[in-house]
Amino acid sequence: MSLKNRKLQYSLAINEAIHQMMEIDESVFLIGQGVKSPWYVGNTARGLLERFGDERVIDTPVSENAITGAAVGAAIAGMRPIVVHPRMDFMMYAMDPIINESANWHYMFGGNSTVPVVIWSIINRGGEQAAQHSQSLHTLCAHIPGLKVVMPATPYDVKGLMIAAIKDDNPVIYIDDRWLYNLEGDVPEEIYSVPIGKGIICKKGKDITLVSVSYMAIEAIKAAEYLKKEGIDVEVIDLRSVKPIDKELLFESVKKTGRLIIADCGWKTCGFAAEISAMVCENIFEYLKSPIARITLPDTPAPASFALEKVYYPKSDNIIAKIQEVLKWETK
Amino acid sequence: MRKKYNKNFLVGLYRTMMRIRICEESLVEPILRGEVKCPCHLYSGEEAIATGVCAALDESDYIFGSHRSHGHYLAKGGSMPELIAEIYGKETGCSKGRGGSMHLIAPEKGMLGAVPIVGGTISIALGAALASKIRKQKRVTVSFFGDGTTGEGVLYESLNFASLKKLPIIFACENNLYSTHLPIRECRLQNNIFKTGVPFGIPGDRVDGNNVLKVYESTKAAVEICKKGNGPVFIEFLTYRLRGHVGPDDNIHGMRTDIRPKEEIERWQKKDPIKRYERFLFKNKILVKQEVEMIRKEVEQEVNNSFAFALSSSYPKEMELTKYVFKE
Ligand SMILES: Cc1ncc(C[n+]2csc(CCOP(=O)(O)OP(=O)(O)O)c2C)c(N)n1
Repeated sequence: MSLKNRKLQYSLAINEAIHQMMEIDESVFLIGQGVKSPWYVGNTARGLLERFGDERVIDTPVSENAITGAAVGAAIAGMRPIVVHPRMDFMMYAMDPIINESANWHYMFGGNSTVPVVIWSIINRGGEQAAQHSQSLHTLCAHIPGLKVVMPATPYDVKGLMIAAIKDDNPVIYIDDRWLYNLEGDVPEEIYSVPIGKGIICKKGKDITLVSVSYMAIEAIKAAEYLKKEGIDVEVIDLRSVKPIDKELLFESVKKTGRLIIADCGWKTCGFAAEISAMVCENIFEYLKSPIARITLPDTPAPASFALEKVYYPKSDNIIAKIQEVLKWETK
Repeated sequence: MRKKYNKNFLVGLYRTMMRIRICEESLVEPILRGEVKCPCHLYSGEEAIATGVCAALDESDYIFGSHRSHGHYLAKGGSMPELIAEIYGKETGCSKGRGGSMHLIAPEKGMLGAVPIVGGTISIALGAALASKIRKQKRVTVSFFGDGTTGEGVLYESLNFASLKKLPIIFACENNLYSTHLPIRECRLQNNIFKTGVPFGIPGDRVDGNNVLKVYESTKAAVEICKKGNGPVFIEFLTYRLRGHVGPDDNIHGMRTDIRPKEEIERWQKKDPIKRYERFLFKNKILVKQEVEMIRKEVEQEVNNSFAFALSSSYPKEMELTKYVFKE
């Protein structure tokens, strides 16, 4: 039934996933700030209110803590809510229902209750919005036992992971990036899942493994394409899930290339990139031919000024330079 | 009125409102041209509140603000050149270009910070008031926030604690009837924000926020209550933003369509706090037309100078990206 090569924008692919899941499952509903206004969430909420009405598409006052708690509670009561935070930063008010309640719930009641909630938050970096409108806090979420964390980079994955997240019986933190919203890609029309915890090889290569997530996957592919012309064959992995991490894919690739570089969209210290690095060192150290390298944000809040934003956010150039450095290592 | 206040004071209020208005409106073109890139939540239409409240405060009193705080910052004595420079992301800005329009500060004037997390500074203001209380300083703290902020739980936690400890804090809610795209009636069932503190034993007042003298007087009374140790106080100021939520209009995805009914905007344009106050000043023969023109010219000059300062200032240096992460 799926039309071959049907292109869809990243933001519309999310929209389609929600439409389809709300259509087939009455327990799915959407709640959060701006869902009835195209203001915050791009095209992601388009047409939902008209189709499903304001009982299932609920625009809320600015009350992140209560609304997230309500979504968690509704999930415990058998619904499958999607709660949206137009900026991940605003979600910080909701850390109690997310971390203390939803993440622990299944465990602390001995498996007697589940929390099938999707907690969707959007990273809105750049645009001189500064420190409180730009934070990519996936590592923070991934640290918490009981939370799954996904960060899709392509229109295909964004739809498939939203569907997987809705179907999952656990709280899933679904994080997308506004910088990807206009990205076009192939998206099948039917309902399909991208498995949570499974990464993908975006480009096969033998010289070095480049692991990325979310927006950095796009920069990673750019870097790999450039380096190909220089005769460097980079294997690009998009992990897609920050938790659980696709260890098999990661280890297999590093075993093959013997080198690892990680491009993350978060900060460095105690971050996601550090976790990937530690996993490899702990498990397959003997395969490494050179030190692991990390491309991350500097350990600095986001600056407002364009002049500083330019150097704050890493790009393909930074990845290229780092890879070249890593490849020189043996000859040093 | 005329007798109660001296001319300098009354003209001072007018000048402050004009400084805010002209400064805000001068940002419209640069925003539309894409020259100003950081999100600017303009304060046009709400000038009487910042002006009236801050006129009732001493320099040593504290204020905290929100995403829409250009006016609070200027009214409390923040430097206009540093404001414009901050909006342009320059090193000479009040936050050294690290914060932009939504992160304003002028500590030497008692403006202790504005941030865009809705409700983010309420408990911080609470803490500043607590500090004054512990140190037995006769100092009041004003927490400015919008009507939309009354949805956040932190407000209620702060009200309870402030009341419990009798803190010298004024909760100043600027009710401009909207929280981004949502009109107030879609944010709360009853239009009774001024009663918010009542369950906590905090008296509330509802004031015409477009009448600068009314704003001043209600704040003055609140300040006295706080300085006598009988705080906190909650005040709801009724007003309207004449511009969009962010930027000049409620521009959604390139469509310059305002989400608000045209008649509603026009009704509020008639209640423009500056025009209203101007009529009052003329009627009471405090100012004549020429004087008003002169003030306008002076303010325009100040705004021009501020832009010149900002435009000729340098951007922060790339190598100083990590400066200010910690106090060294
Ligand atoms: C915690 C948090 N949630 C959501 C937002 C997005 N947001 C920015 S301003 C705003 C509306 C606030 O309305 P109000 O407090 O009435 O202030 P106004 O803009 O009307 O001056 C919202 C929801 C935010 N900045 N912070």
